[in-house]
Amino acid sequence: MGFLERVRQKYIADRASGKPVVILGIESSCDETSASVIRDGHEILSNIVSSQIEIHKRFGGVVPEVASRRHVENVNDVVEEALQQAGVTIEDLSAVAVTYGPGLVGALLVGVSWAKGLCWSKGIPMIGVQHIAGHIYANFLSGGMEPPLLALVVSGGHTELVHMPAHGEFEFLGRTRDDAAGEAYDKVGRAMGLPYPGGPQIDRLALEGNPQAYAFPRAWIDERSMDFSFSGLKSAVLNTMHNAEQRGEPWKVEDISASFQAAVVEVLVEKTVRAVHHTGVKNVVVAGGVAANRGLRAALTKRAEEAGFHVHFPRFDLCSDNAAMIAAAAFPMYLQGKFHDLDLNAIASLSLTKWKDTPTISL
Amino acid sequence: MLTYEMASVEATQALAARLGEVVQAGDVLCLSGDLGAGKTTFTQGLARGLGVEEPVSSPTFTIIKEYDDGRIPLYHMDIYRLGEAAVHEDLGYDEYFYGAGVSVIEWSEYLEDLLPEDRLLAHITIAEGGGRHLVFTATGPRATARLKELEQLCPTSH
Repeated sequence: MGFLERVRQKYIADRASGKPVVILGIESSCDETSASVIRDGHEILSNIVSSQIEIHKRFGGVVPEVASRRHVENVNDVVEEALQQAGVTIEDLSAVAVTYGPGLVGALLVGVSWAKGLCWSKGIPMIGVQHIAGHIYANFLSGGMEPPLLALVVSGGHTELVHMPAHGEFEFLGRTRDDAAGEAYDKVGRAMGLPYPGGPQIDRLALEGNPQAYAFPRAWIDERSMDFSFSGLKSAVLNTMHNAEQRGEPWKVEDISASFQAAVVEVLVEKTVRAVHHTGVKNVVVAGGVAANRGLRAALTKRAEEAGFHVHFPRFDLCSDNAAMIAAAAFPMYLQGKFHDLDLNAIASLSLTKWKDTPTISL
Repeated sequence: MLTYEMASVEATQALAARLGEVVQAGDVLCLSGDLGAGKTTFTQGLARGLGVEEPVSSPTFTIIKEYDDGRIPLYHMDIYRLGEAAVHEDLGYDEYFYGAGVSVIEWSEYLEDLLPEDRLLAHITIAEGGGRHLVFTATGPRATARLKELEQLCPTSH
């Protein structure tokens, strides 16, 4: 019996049995190898991230997990740990979800190949997930909202406002024209001599500084634009520090942090308000590593109350890369009976809006 | 060696766009310059010259970003985050450097031993008054040919 037929029989039997939907998620797009088991789309039974467990001796813990070689070393252990913690066996799995882009192709291929091998040998349905969609679905793991939604995606690699009319469907309302917000955080942090990644450090220092100490520019682009630009802000901060040093004036890392963060957050918040007004969609989710930023959380929550919309953030530990969000993003596709065939490939530049264009098989 | 004085971001991007029109598959461009000098800005211009429609943003976090919708693929890399460990990381560099597209690499010094010998170097510095000073150097015949083409399209003032 071929793969498709075996998968079809399993899906029909699983759906008829009325047992819970148990999805194994696998993520290996960049720094982390991660595996997770979730039940019925939102209940996390386990969520293992390689950097959290000492599987192999690492290079002092600073080198990112980008090498495919190390993903290969990790993937077995991480999946085994995820299954064990969840108290399930491979036979209990309803489907396997795997990140297939965007990311480093060698890193992605480890997860994709592993998932294919498992699904083929056991006849399990496989669902390829777009990584940024995963970040958006991290919100569904902590009582997030149903589409239609707006998503503010803010991370080291992305800054985007996304309209999500239905599950799996996305359209860009705005995106960064240069640096991502998290990128600007890191570069400003780097210039101030803070350790990588700079974002959490700046967020912490900002609490102790004066956000009005420096009037850093806000890039509105034009009155209607929902695009972002953080390169000018980054340059302005660097210039301010440079000029102060030239004049022999001291600058306070807390004040630079607070003033910089105020500029980033104000733009993120106000562009989100624009998106709410533009679309009329009043449910907003925030996604990506910068969703953990306390300054952003506080300001957006406050502004949402004033402007009359709802905002939801992922749990702090689900803001960075993890496999639980990948499994969560696969859940609606599972319910629709839409899966990927074994010809699924890693796509380094897979865009959020192109996720739905990858051919699926419908059961 | 080829040097340019650029008064504005637009002028720098226009120059980079002309370079984007002439680069070939297998070309490697190493970009250097201080934080804020405009390495990503330059790459955006180059991408425009290649006909890439997608917005080009910094690859620091993702390390490599690929853009496939231009005349030839653009591989934009930032090795900073890997640092000294970069040479130990098998990211399939050769498939990019000797692949079907043009590689633009920031912080390429961390990859020194892995880079092709024949490459184009561009160093950007911030000039007095906020303009940009660009110095191009070629380290082999392929890169030299590219510089000649650029010079024909954009003659320098001196």
